[in-house]
Amino acid sequence: MRARLSRNTPGRPKYFLAPWGQNVAKRRFRGGIIALSALTLLLAACGSQPPAPEQNPAGVESRTPGAVKVDTTPVAPVKLETFDPSSIAALKDPRSPLSKRSVYFDYDSYVVKDEFQALLTAHGKFLSANPTMKMLIQGNADERGSREYNLALGQKRADAVKKALALLGTREDQLESVSLGEEKPACTDASDECWAKNRRGDMLYSGEF
Amino acid sequence: MRLHRLFLGCAAALALCSASSHAQLTVEITGAGANRLPVAIADFRGERFVTQALASVVRADLERSGLFRLIDAAGPLADNATPPFDDLKERGADAVAGGSVSTVADGRYETRVRLSDVPKQAALGSAAYLHTGAQLRATAHRIADFIYEKLTGEPGVFSTRIAYVVKSTGRYELKIADADGNNDQAALASREPIISPAWSPDGGKLAYVSFEAKKPVVYVHDLASGRRHVAANFKGSNSAPAWSPTGKQLAVVLSKDGSSQLYVVNADGSGVTRIASSSGIDTEPRWSPDGQFIYFTSDRGGSPQIYRIATSSAGAGAERVTFEGSYNVTPRPSPDGKSLAFIARNGGRFQLALMDLATKQTQILTDSAKDESPSFAPNGRMILYATEIGGRGVLAAVSSDGRVKQKLSVQAADVREPAWGPLVR
Repeated sequence: MRARLSRNTPGRPKYFLAPWGQNVAKRRFRGGIIALSALTLLLAACGSQPPAPEQNPAGVESRTPGAVKVDTTPVAPVKLETFDPSSIAALKDPRSPLSKRSVYFDYDSYVVKDEFQALLTAHGKFLSANPTMKMLIQGNADERGSREYNLALGQKRADAVKKALALLGTREDQLESVSLGEEKPACTDASDECWAKNRRGDMLYSGEF
Repeated sequence: MRLHRLFLGCAAALALCSASSHAQLTVEITGAGANRLPVAIADFRGERFVTQALASVVRADLERSGLFRLIDAAGPLADNATPPFDDLKERGADAVAGGSVSTVADGRYETRVRLSDVPKQAALGSAAYLHTGAQLRATAHRIADFIYEKLTGEPGVFSTRIAYVVKSTGRYELKIADADGNNDQAALASREPIISPAWSPDGGKLAYVSFEAKKPVVYVHDLASGRRHVAANFKGSNSAPAWSPTGKQLAVVLSKDGSSQLYVVNADGSGVTRIASSSGIDTEPRWSPDGQFIYFTSDRGGSPQIYRIATSSAGAGAERVTFEGSYNVTPRPSPDGKSLAFIARNGGRFQLALMDLATKQTQILTDSAKDESPSFAPNGRMILYATEIGGRGVLAAVSSDGRVKQKLSVQAADVREPAWGPLVR
């Protein structure tokens, strides 16, 4: 793949810098698409966040400032890794779903809602790709009712997140679920809005707990 | 010698006042019993500093109980003098206590007290205490206990202690104080939450849950030495410690095998045995005083309710105890085992409830909305609990008939997780 990239690039930087359409020869254009598609495939193979649809010039263009350099320098793989969704950096990258760490629950409930399946899938894939990483799942509850019952409720929520990740193939020894009950509220007002933010499971990775 | 005595008197008076200089619990009486017994506590004979301090603590104790109405005795009365019965009868007193405080050879005090029945003009009993100046408050509580027991037939709880947690900004303190809120001392201070303190039956230890390891871990803390050990620290959460009546075991809630489930461990943390199992939540275990049952909260029926299991027949089914409403939690059997205090949710309000275990009749004891963590006084007369007033955590106490009410608060801090200690003998 790299050979192909380098064969197309020497001496033709203008080719990529030129605006799309107009004076660009069809053959060269196809070559560019192949190179970019290869890049896209590489990203997709790593389980990336949806890149722009293939063959969509507009989408490709909006994501290509990095690709220009890929084509002009032989250290392309280094650049590619900054987009690797299974890298540790992706955990804090706001573009990555992995930067989202909370699963929210209904009142008195410990059922993981469907809307969090995609998030859990992303974290499950990350944990499978990084078998040395461990995750601590902290379950939380809103302040209403018994502290100890809320501690148990938080545990159930953390367990539900753990179970969902295990079903996605994550090894049990990578996961620990604990509860903080109602003791660590994210929001301290006595309101429905605030309580909703406190009924959650937080996913923390090695080095974060 | 005179100077020496004066110094001791001052020291005693200082000891009485010193505790009020920092954040201590203040008790406010917000309701009283319907038929309060009129009683006169005369000033005792002896050094004024000492006797006045002593009598004022005795009076405050009796008044706070809500069972007595204090009558002015109009003048001091020694334990060996005949009370002015006619005058006291006219004032409406049914009982009168008098006493004397003298200094003994080693500089300690000897306090003697006598209680008399006014209408019968007869002595009800007398008692004597040897104590230092620093033990003045403790002596006054003992005198109040003596009077209380003579007049009600039940042991008094003025000499007991309470544990609670104070939360101020970024700081949690597990405190131990006298039942009247005085002499508070911190057993543990932490940046992380502390919950669920539970007294050992002998009053020497506290089990509690601390989050200092970033997750709930159960500790047992010896109060006299300040030493403690981990009683349960397994994978997952460890919480809700409850002492067996013998003090040899703890019931705890562990999530090590998935979900929060009930286990029993030896107080040193050895010998973990699971005692119940459900696919949902089982928590808040509490032994009945006779050791026959463990009451607990479970959502096995779909909503949190109170159940009990017999300790003698391991593996036997759990028996459901509460049926009304969709949220009944935190069971606390009374010291006589005849009733059960718990928290019930009524239309979004969490209130302290009391069930007669024989008839299953339940009475709501409070009109507040955020009640938590009830704890019986060791004589069963009052129930201490946490609630919220004006957005701030306070402790409150209510008599088991719902009539007598007290509020215990600390200025500018949240108070929660009360646990009333056992009787000291």
